[in-house]
Amino acid sequence: MTDTPAPRHIPDRLDTPLNSAIFSWEALLVAVAVAIFAVNSFASPYFLDAWSLSDLTFNFTEKALIALAMALLIISGEIDLSVAAIIALASTMMGMAVQAGAGTPVLVAIGILVGLGCGAFNGLLVTRLGLPSIVVTIGTMSLFRGIAFIVLGDQAYKGYPSSFAFFGQGYVWWVVSFELTLFLVAAVIYWFLLHRTSFGRRVFAIGNNPVAAQFSGVRVGRIKFILFCLTGLMAGIASVLITSRLGSTRPSIAQGYELEVITMVVLGGVSILGGAGSILGVVLAAFIMGLVTFGLGLLNVPGIVMSIFIGLLLIIVIALPIVWRRVRRERFT
Amino acid sequence: MKAFLKYREVWLLAAIVVLIGLISMRFPGFANPANLRQVFNDTSILMILALGQMVVILTRSIDLSMASNLCFTGMVVAMLNAAHPAIPIPLLIVVALLVGLVLGAINGLLVWRLNIPSIVVTLGTLTIYRGATFVISGGAWVNADQMSPDFIGLQRAAFLGIPVLSWIAILVIALFFLLMTRTALGRSIYAIGVNPTASIYAGIDVGRTKFIVFCISGMAAGLCGYLWISRYVIASVEVANGYELNIIAACVIGGISIAGGIGSVGGAVLGALFLGIISNALPVINISPFWQMAISGSAIILAVVLNARGERRQGRIILKKAEAA
Repeated sequence: MTDTPAPRHIPDRLDTPLNSAIFSWEALLVAVAVAIFAVNSFASPYFLDAWSLSDLTFNFTEKALIALAMALLIISGEIDLSVAAIIALASTMMGMAVQAGAGTPVLVAIGILVGLGCGAFNGLLVTRLGLPSIVVTIGTMSLFRGIAFIVLGDQAYKGYPSSFAFFGQGYVWWVVSFELTLFLVAAVIYWFLLHRTSFGRRVFAIGNNPVAAQFSGVRVGRIKFILFCLTGLMAGIASVLITSRLGSTRPSIAQGYELEVITMVVLGGVSILGGAGSILGVVLAAFIMGLVTFGLGLLNVPGIVMSIFIGLLLIIVIALPIVWRRVRRERFT
Repeated sequence: MKAFLKYREVWLLAAIVVLIGLISMRFPGFANPANLRQVFNDTSILMILALGQMVVILTRSIDLSMASNLCFTGMVVAMLNAAHPAIPIPLLIVVALLVGLVLGAINGLLVWRLNIPSIVVTLGTLTIYRGATFVISGGAWVNADQMSPDFIGLQRAAFLGIPVLSWIAILVIALFFLLMTRTALGRSIYAIGVNPTASIYAGIDVGRTKFIVFCISGMAAGLCGYLWISRYVIASVEVANGYELNIIAACVIGGISIAGGIGSVGGAVLGALFLGIISNALPVINISPFWQMAISGSAIILAVVLNARGERRQGRIILKKAEAA
């Protein structure tokens, strides 16, 4: 988290736009995605089928929705490890509402608002009290999921209304699911927010140098607070989707999601030290993780072995450009 | 006296005494020495892990892979024991230390040689090591009836009225105490956490020291691999799943700053004990164990709020103590 970055290598000449596009992180990810796609279609005859590919998207859309907001948060130099616990708490609250006889619109509102509230709580602790976010969110992670365990114990909530099932199981058009549509819309919104607004520029500025950003008139605390709220909000939305898809709530719901979300963000080229990254990269990384898990699933590889591939992919994709740069630098100096 | 009160460990110790006092009001038997010995024994594994994590956090790094390392190493020694019950247990402990060391060294090499942030490296190895456990075991469990009596019995044997497990923890605490207060390596670890740039100018090899701390945390995790399996007498892929965050929680409650450079052996031990006391006390005072997670979460948040206040006041100068003396 707080490792010191290596001194920057300053080139004599800037790359041409074409050159920098070819050697960009996103190009690397596209190449990896195409390779995995090709391997998958050779490895399993069931892969290249519209419904198979549609099922594939359910593997990652919920996590990827959170990854969009998490990317902004990590770019600003903070992190949120409590997102999976927020899903559990929001899902539990929705379950309680169902027991009280709430309808679908109320359920959705509760899920989203609980997420937002949890995010705001994290944001207040980090920005008002000036605490390190990694520790705060390890604490709130136990707290949020702990509340879900207190409420539910070893029980489960079921009996969600049938109209509620649409969010996690419904299709907008042919094979295009509601989850995928929502993810794509959210990706466009977050792309615009990060890369086309002054808010996005401020997020980068904070990540690169919070003190300089403060002196430039950026309200560092407020923007970080907003980013924590956004991350909580996306976790709330993900909670609605996953609860609707599973049709039940257990306190152990979405266990371990936080690390998968962060893996997605880092794989997408967002610097864990803050200050750099792009939404396109995160979206590509989400598809790559979905492709890997789904392709291996078709080959009957158990989930735990898939995690080896995800872990290796993470380390190799991070290490490759570092090794590549070192080789190139040694050749020219 | 005033100088004495400045130590965070003193406050943590006071909090633990108050906690034990409160629990005793509901359940008078809790504070008797036999029960406290039991609590210490129950917490031994967490203490060893927290000490391993502490040296990593002190250098501004983090090791998220400790629980997976523990799981993998535990599976290795359990399978060795099941296949060759004749292998003496001390040799198995050496194997556990070595396997843990190798896994830790992989983390360390990636951090040192490739300069990848430790949180990314160990996030990756967290899933890899646990996946590798599945690969070597084929998803099968090693059950109690496959383990030799010595394998299970060693840590339960009493020496001077205290189980061997507690003695191992005491030995490890002593070793870490010597490492942090009496060796150049311990000083370097603190120095890197306080100011990595100044450490380089002071002639400390920052990368190599980080490599060493990951080896240390790996060995701690490896040792706990054997201890965990022989204590709970089952080796599976699910062993210690998610436990990495408990280890970090113990460190945070123990006053070890995630920003590096601040923390002590006593703090890590007390932080682990604090969590151990809570998990031992809840059943006896008739609170559902489902409360435990929320309580430890609140404890972490409270601890970090209090620690942040202390850090701001004291500044980050480790040589203060030496100057005052």
